[in-house]
Parts: sequence; C-alpha cells; structure tokens
Amino acid sequence: MSAPTADLPAGFAEIVDDFNAVAAPDRLQMLLEFSRNLPALPERYADHPELLEPVPECQSPIFLIAELEGTGDDAIVHLHFQSPREAPTTSGFAGILHEALDGLTAAEVLAVPGDVSDRLGLAQAVSPLRLRGMAGMLGRIKRQVREKSARLTGPS
Amino acid sequence: MALPYDDDPKFAEYAHPERLVSTEWLARHLGTEGLVVVESDEDVLLYETGHIPGAVKVDWHLDLNDPVARDYVDGEGFARLMSAKGITRESTVVLYGDKNNWWAAYALWVFTLFGHPDVRLLDGGRAKWQAEGREMTTETPVPAPTEYPVVERDDSRVRAYKEDVLEFLGGQLVDVRSLPEYTGERTHMPDYPQEASLRGGHIPGALSVPWARAANEDGTFKNREELAAIYEEEQGLLPQQPVIAYCRIGERSSHTWFVLQHLLGFEDVRNYDGSWTEWGNAVRVPIAVGEEPGEVPAR
Repeated sequence: MSAPTADLPAGFAEIVDDFNAVAAPDRLQMLLEFSRNLPALPERYADHPELLEPVPECQSPIFLIAELEGTGDDAIVHLHFQSPREAPTTSGFAGILHEALDGLTAAEVLAVPGDVSDRLGLAQAVSPLRLRGMAGMLGRIKRQVREKSARLTGPS
Repeated sequence: MALPYDDDPKFAEYAHPERLVSTEWLARHLGTEGLVVVESDEDVLLYETGHIPGAVKVDWHLDLNDPVARDYVDGEGFARLMSAKGITRESTVVLYGDKNNWWAAYALWVFTLFGHPDVRLLDGGRAKWQAEGREMTTETPVPAPTEYPVVERDDSRVRAYKEDVLEFLGGQLVDVRSLPEYTGERTHMPDYPQEASLRGGHIPGALSVPWARAANEDGTFKNREELAAIYEEEQGLLPQQPVIAYCRIGERSSHTWFVLQHLLGFEDVRNYDGSWTEWGNAVRVPIAVGEEPGEVPAR
C-alpha cells in the first residue's frame, strides 16, 4: 500500500515513496540517515538562539527558523534547525523537512498538506505519538512562512 | 545461571542490592553467557546511533504495549518478545537507557509484571556509560530465538488501576511529576508540549516528590541514607504501609517505584501507570490543585 503523493512537491513525493518502498526496520535506518544529513545551524544563529522558535510538540527540545529570500508567493524558503545529538528521531524529522522543503517557494511550502508526516509509513516504526512532533514542526514552519511572506507583500 | 551480584559498597546499603549493577561491573561481564543487556530509551532511534556492545533494544511503545488494547502485551506477546531478544527465563537481564533510565526502569517494571526472576538496572544508565568513554557500537546483534515460557502477567502486586487508586484515597500516594504539573499550572513537564489533559492538578492527598530528587547529577541513584532522608524523614512515608506512585504516563513513576521497592525496601509499592493522562481526563474522579496535598473526599 503506497501513500498518495500527487499533492506533494516532487522532492517530498520522492521521500514518501522511498520510505514506503522499504520494510519498517529499514525505515528507521532511513530516518537515521536523515538525522545525520541535517545541516548544522549557521553561525549567525548559533550565537542567537533567541531568534529560533521552539517546537514543544516534539519529545526533545528542537528549535527552528524559516528564512525567506525575496518577496511574496515566489520567495525562496530556507530552513534551519537546532536539534540535540541525543535526539536522533527528532533530528531525523527535521532532516526530512529540510531535504523536502528547503529551496521551495513560499507558495509551495504553504501548499504542503498538514498530514504529510502520516504518509511516511513511520507510525509502525516510531509510533504515532512520536510522529506528532513532525507535524508540529511543519505547522510552525508554515506559520512562519505565512507571516514572513505576508509581511513583505502586504500594504505598508 | 544468574550472574554474580555487584558487590559495590554503595549498593550493599540498599534493601535489594541485587537489582543494580555499576558500569564497571557491566564492562567486566559483557559477553558472559547468561547475560543479556537491553537498551530501552525514550528516543526510538538512539540505540541505532550506538549502544553497548551486544545490547539488544526494547522499545516501550512498540514492543511493550499491546498494539490494540491500551495495555501491556500479554504472556504470549511477552514470550515472543523475549524469544526474539535472545532472553530465557534464566537470563540475567541488565537494562539501561537515556533520560536517567526512565524507560529502562519502566521496562524493568514491565518485566516484573511477568515475574522475570533476574532483572537489574545499570546505575547511571546510558549517559554514565558514555561519559566514562566506554565502548559503543552500531553493530546490531542477531540473537538465536529462545524458548521463553508463556507466563501470565500478574498485575496485582506492582500495578495499580484507576479503581484501585479511588479505593486507596487517603493512603500513601506519591506524585513524582514536576511541581507545576502537581499544582495544576501545567499538564506536562517544563519544555515539553502541554499534553491534552482536560484538567491540571493532582490526586487528592498525594505528596509531591519529583522523581529527580532520587537521582544524582550523573544519573546514578542517591545513596540509601539520602533517599531515606527524603522519602521517610521529610515526607514521612512508612515503609510498612502500601504506597502508590504515579506521574503522567507511568515512566517517571517507575523510577520512583524502583527507588521505594528495591532501594529502600518498602513492602508494598505499586505504580499507577494510567497516571495523570487517565486521572486528569476521567469522569467523576476528584482532583486537587495547588501546592498542598488537598482534602481527601469522604467515601
């Protein structure tokens, strides 16, 4: 049974397909890969953690920020995360979102369905309770993108 | 065959020193026949990033819970899990994990429901092992399946249900959550999401003794004298009288259950695993708010 991907950006659809193509134990290994590939937080934020937003829906402390390059719907979104080394599951969720969304336009990020974390087949591998954290991150990213793109395009 | 006990002088003071091993002891006995080391963490991927050589993984959510009923696995499910992990009824099982051994203590408590004879906790858990620079590996063992007997779970001795707690009001109840959760200000520990409990507060009459008070900075347990000073002298808990501990979902209270049962030797200690997620949402059960234990309703 494969999850629907027609309403996802191409990169995200590919990740969903990849996860669903393997058995549950291998999904854990894939998630671990994503956690390892999560880029480190840039210096400018490492010195200013107050600029990042905490995601209390996660079981472990994680912080994120969405940066917009340009204006309006076509602004390019860049994502940065700070996640502790001892929280690989949370880092893995962040890694997936980074790979899937970084470099997309504001409109594309805002169009990502809120239930996308349920389509990765991870409920059997990590439990639905833990997956809530990923949905929480996506929700916060979309809110930041919405606010920041509106601020730049709206009437002054 | 059970392995020898750790004769660390700190442990000798405890009521049941045979329930703990030190990192030193474990390092010395790794690979011994009859020993199975089990990692049990909050984070489901932590084991995959590296673990004690030879350790198998047991996940509280995926392995110990029944997938359908909101309960633990039954005797057959437990036997299947033990077989898959290479554990026999005679194995000496040493549990360790992240977050001050919360989930390791929780797993130990579940093993106790099935009466596994020899199950021990690694004092200081994963963090202490790592802090000491001891060996970690990403190699996952593939144990040969064992014959583990189907043992019926016995919930009567160390587990309390909501109905038991209602009957127990006025008895020695210990709330091990953080103070803001106890007073009702929060429904989850600080820095964690607010869990969907309809109400915040505590079970009327429960004493507030946050679990962390039993732990040292490095995650090891405080010594017996220090523990007795907290639970018996300061809080006035009587070791001969029954006690029920609870938290939010039963993992932090497993830590306190372990302290009272095995380290201080209280005679009758039960963990209420339904804890605040059940009590705070249940219809027609009383709660108390604020820093005082509150009035116990007449029955």
